[in-house]
Amino acid sequence: MEIKELLSQKLKEKFPETEFEFSEFRGELTVKFPKEIVLEVCKLLKTDNELEFLQCTDVTAVDWATRKNRFTVVYQIYSFKNNFRLRLKADVDEKDCSIDSVTSVWKGANWQERETYDMYGIKFNGHPDLRRMYMPEEFEYYPLRKDFPLMGIPGSIPLPKK
Amino acid sequence: MDKEVRDSRDIRDGVHPKIIQALLDADTDLVVEDALENEMILNMGPQHPATHGVLRLVLRLDGETVIACVPELGYLHRGYEKLAENMTYFEFIPHTDRLDYISPMANNVAWVLAVEKLAGIEAPPRAQYIRMMVAELARIASHLVAIGAFAMDVGALTIFLWTLREREKILDIWDMLCGARFTNSYARIGGVANDIPPEALAKAKWFIDQFDENLTECEKLVNTNRIFIDRLDGIGVLSKEDAIDLGFTGPNLRASGVEHDLRVAQPYLEYNEVDFKIPTFTEGDSLARYFVRLDEMRESAKIVRQVIEKMPEGDVLLNEPKKVLPHKTEIYTKMEELIHDFMIVNFGINPPEGEVYHAIEGSKGELGFYFVSKGEGHPWKCKIRSPSFNNLQALPKLVVGNMISDVVAIIGSIDPIMGEADK
Repeated sequence: MEIKELLSQKLKEKFPETEFEFSEFRGELTVKFPKEIVLEVCKLLKTDNELEFLQCTDVTAVDWATRKNRFTVVYQIYSFKNNFRLRLKADVDEKDCSIDSVTSVWKGANWQERETYDMYGIKFNGHPDLRRMYMPEEFEYYPLRKDFPLMGIPGSIPLPKK
Repeated sequence: MDKEVRDSRDIRDGVHPKIIQALLDADTDLVVEDALENEMILNMGPQHPATHGVLRLVLRLDGETVIACVPELGYLHRGYEKLAENMTYFEFIPHTDRLDYISPMANNVAWVLAVEKLAGIEAPPRAQYIRMMVAELARIASHLVAIGAFAMDVGALTIFLWTLREREKILDIWDMLCGARFTNSYARIGGVANDIPPEALAKAKWFIDQFDENLTECEKLVNTNRIFIDRLDGIGVLSKEDAIDLGFTGPNLRASGVEHDLRVAQPYLEYNEVDFKIPTFTEGDSLARYFVRLDEMRESAKIVRQVIEKMPEGDVLLNEPKKVLPHKTEIYTKMEELIHDFMIVNFGINPPEGEVYHAIEGSKGELGFYFVSKGEGHPWKCKIRSPSFNNLQALPKLVVGNMISDVVAIIGSIDPIMGEADK
């Protein structure tokens, strides 16, 4: 696959010390890397003349519940030029539950990151407006974490004051 | 005012001097440095009729001009992603109806295509063609509501009634097809629920034949209407670069001059077998977004016509007993099918470990599902990438600098469905 080689070549050039994990499933390419370089990787992918991943389709996270690195932040990005969809992944540990925000690269990541913060409690450093997306501000839990019960927690959403 | 003048006026008005004095002493000064620099916070929604559901906007106004806008979402958040993690892939199909409730058929198709990609199966050709037909009819149904409600928001009521009359015919086709008009749940993993009855096919053919004329009639109501044009032309302009950057997809993106359509870019179903154009406008304003939808309906009608012509004969359900729920009549008569039905309903289809993202070109834009499977019957993680959510993100940029009455027009033009935006 041509774009895959181009991608790995470009990434190796820019980050010689970092190890990138490429994987493919059902024809979809995934790149995994340490969370510290997420901002630089995204900048490279967007601004590179041959890659031009101009749109951030989606940002979300996966809660693995029992793994050492509990969360994985997942980005789906799309290149109009190459008509190619790429998935980026970076592990986030529960102890240091934060990752750099990519809103400065793609403005469209703004609400997606807010939603991920709302649902998983992962903080996005440098996000311009990190508030909860769906749940009320005073809500204390993160509903999509695996330890949050499906039926909810009684009394966790207080009634509005009269 | 000097004392003599005041006294003379007191006497003339016949008011007690003490009252006059009290009024003069009271601090009644109203300091207005600049009358035009008064800002006001206005809360629009979630019960505002023009916000298409429960969208809430907090606007900062300077007179009638919007200087800041903060959308608040979550009034219809039902936690579908959490629910999906706790049910099998089959069980979630009816829930997809409630995402974009204006075009439920397309959501069903998007869900089953994503699951099929994960499970590594593909529906038989006839089922693919039927899915294409219902997805395109769903697009027409959705755009009819979009432009009707949009025109109603800016004051043209008649077109809404006329477009809903057309939409009603599509709902009738769906009624014949699966017995439900609104929440269809028609698509199945590995095919569709039942073969398309001949009368539904005939009705679809009839609908496509008369649709163009009726749509032209609807257009005539507003396309030359000076008030309608003036209220939309040049309002809410979004440039090509911003549209891509902010995550616009679908008709809204195409109105900003990006000729991108997932049906062509990454063909799914049998879209590479049919011939259609991608309507694209370069203006990027509300009027362009209206025209894109009009043209898209014509193209969809063209696709439906070709699909009906090309539809092959054959099965509508894949013969893959471990993955596909058998038809009810077979469950009642055959032992093997009964066992498979029991296993699939209780334990799910257990797709292999892995993750997929599959998106279709829904009526609002890119509707995608991202699954992480651990080889169990239910997804470990399900993310709904809803177009309305991403399109709404551009709203603050679009409305700032416009008048408050334009806010209504802009919301209508980007056509958000809150069931989908809030999940």
